[in-house]
Amino acid sequence: MSDFIEVLSPGFYSTIQDLGRFGYAKFGVPQSGVMDSFSAQKSNLLLNNKQDAAVLEITMTGPVLKFHAACYFALSGAKFLTELNDMAIENDKAYFAAQGSVLRFKSLVSGFRSYLAIKDGFLSDVKLGSRSMYDGITDAVRLKKGDHLSVQVQEFKNQKSARVSFRESGIFKPGIEVFTGPEWKQIPETIKQRFLLDTFTVSKTGNRMAIQLDEKLPNKMQGIITGPVVPGTVQLTPAGKLIVLMRDCQVTGGYPRVLQLTEMAINTLAQKRPGDLINFKFK
Amino acid sequence: MKEQPQISMLGERSILLQWSWDFSEENLYWLLEVRRFIENKLIKSKVEIINAYNSILVVYASTINVVYDDFIVLKSTDFSTIKNEEAKSRLYNIPVCYDAHFALDIDFLSEQNKLSKREIINLHTAPEYILYFMGFLPGFLYLGGMHKKLSVPRKNEPRLKIEKGAVGIAENQTGIYPKSSPGGWQIIGNCPLNFFDPNAENPSPFSAGDRIKFYEVDKEEYDEISELVKSGKHTLKSEIK
Repeated sequence: MSDFIEVLSPGFYSTIQDLGRFGYAKFGVPQSGVMDSFSAQKSNLLLNNKQDAAVLEITMTGPVLKFHAACYFALSGAKFLTELNDMAIENDKAYFAAQGSVLRFKSLVSGFRSYLAIKDGFLSDVKLGSRSMYDGITDAVRLKKGDHLSVQVQEFKNQKSARVSFRESGIFKPGIEVFTGPEWKQIPETIKQRFLLDTFTVSKTGNRMAIQLDEKLPNKMQGIITGPVVPGTVQLTPAGKLIVLMRDCQVTGGYPRVLQLTEMAINTLAQKRPGDLINFKFK
Repeated sequence: MKEQPQISMLGERSILLQWSWDFSEENLYWLLEVRRFIENKLIKSKVEIINAYNSILVVYASTINVVYDDFIVLKSTDFSTIKNEEAKSRLYNIPVCYDAHFALDIDFLSEQNKLSKREIINLHTAPEYILYFMGFLPGFLYLGGMHKKLSVPRKNEPRLKIEKGAVGIAENQTGIYPKSSPGGWQIIGNCPLNFFDPNAENPSPFSAGDRIKFYEVDKEEYDEISELVKSGKHTLKSEIK
């Protein structure tokens, strides 16, 4: 019996991700892992999966997938119009896909990144303790047409799907909660206020490494001696641009680290589209 | 060196310790002692600890309350009692081919810094470089100790693709590209070795504090070493100093 899902069309940028790599930063290896860990873990929880089961991260436009293996799945995060064969699929519910079913993502309704969890997770190769796709570490860097994604075949059990209730997450709201960063103290008081009063626009150049903001702030700070950075670190460039580092960021950087996003704020920012507005507020 | 570090949370699951001194070889070996001390004596939970030039980051596997307990422990630790042990370090000899085939920017450097190609190669192969840490790309070595005469600005327009193994200079740093990547460094040669293997348990043979010395090979020797690396028959030799 086949035990894979076939990629009929990959979507704009779809990758397999789990909670990322731990213990390899000393080799310069990024953490990686799901951009919105809240939504990804929700999709796993709906299937009673382990927290670190690998999911499919779907960005902006979704894939078309054919289940050669029957299995349970759930979607969380960004909302797409989605159909399993001809049946409309909702977010945050477990479904069973019979062998031969086709799951089709259509237009994006809200948010930017959606998570497809499969019962027991996607079974791609583990590299350095993780299945998270990353150039130079995993063989595949993103989904391609014709890929076969290994999964565990499931039998249909006639039982009600687990009901899971979640607290309101706020991941689609504009507020980004932050702490001050190591170089915050060096910013003049008048500029500090602007971080909190101004509204910032998510630029078009965002990716899994970093999301830039369009607005510039006056900045006279020099670079710093290269030091550690982590996902959620906000860097201020000499040109006054703000760069928010995301899950695939390098382990060190040379720009002043002015703010640091909370874990939840990283998830919130991961759901913003280019052109969306955000504002910072202190936790 | 003996001053207390600035200690702050970097997000919910990392603690940053930062000193205000500039980096030096002596400071690096002391920083690595501090890192070992934190790892072995202070912190019991699952963490990874990395160092940069003048800072240490303690990263926790998850956001758990113990981070704040450890934060208080670190704040109340007197780091000045930590001694700089007689550190032994490993020295690796690394082949570099400076052939025109690879050395795309050696003419520019030669003109800019008023050095002959021979002088450039001699200056580049003379020092024992010291590995401060890895970053930028998986397996990329931040090396200290390059001769000031080789210092040169980055290219105005970064190249879209720099070959794997390319040996470059940017400002007062020299480094090796562990994989092909876009970049603005001035390229003066290429190294046939692998600097990162995601299939190995230790993806890089190097660690902070190691020493590296480059030696010149011609294109023929380069190709021979390349073949050995490809067939898995090349062994990296090191000596303890």
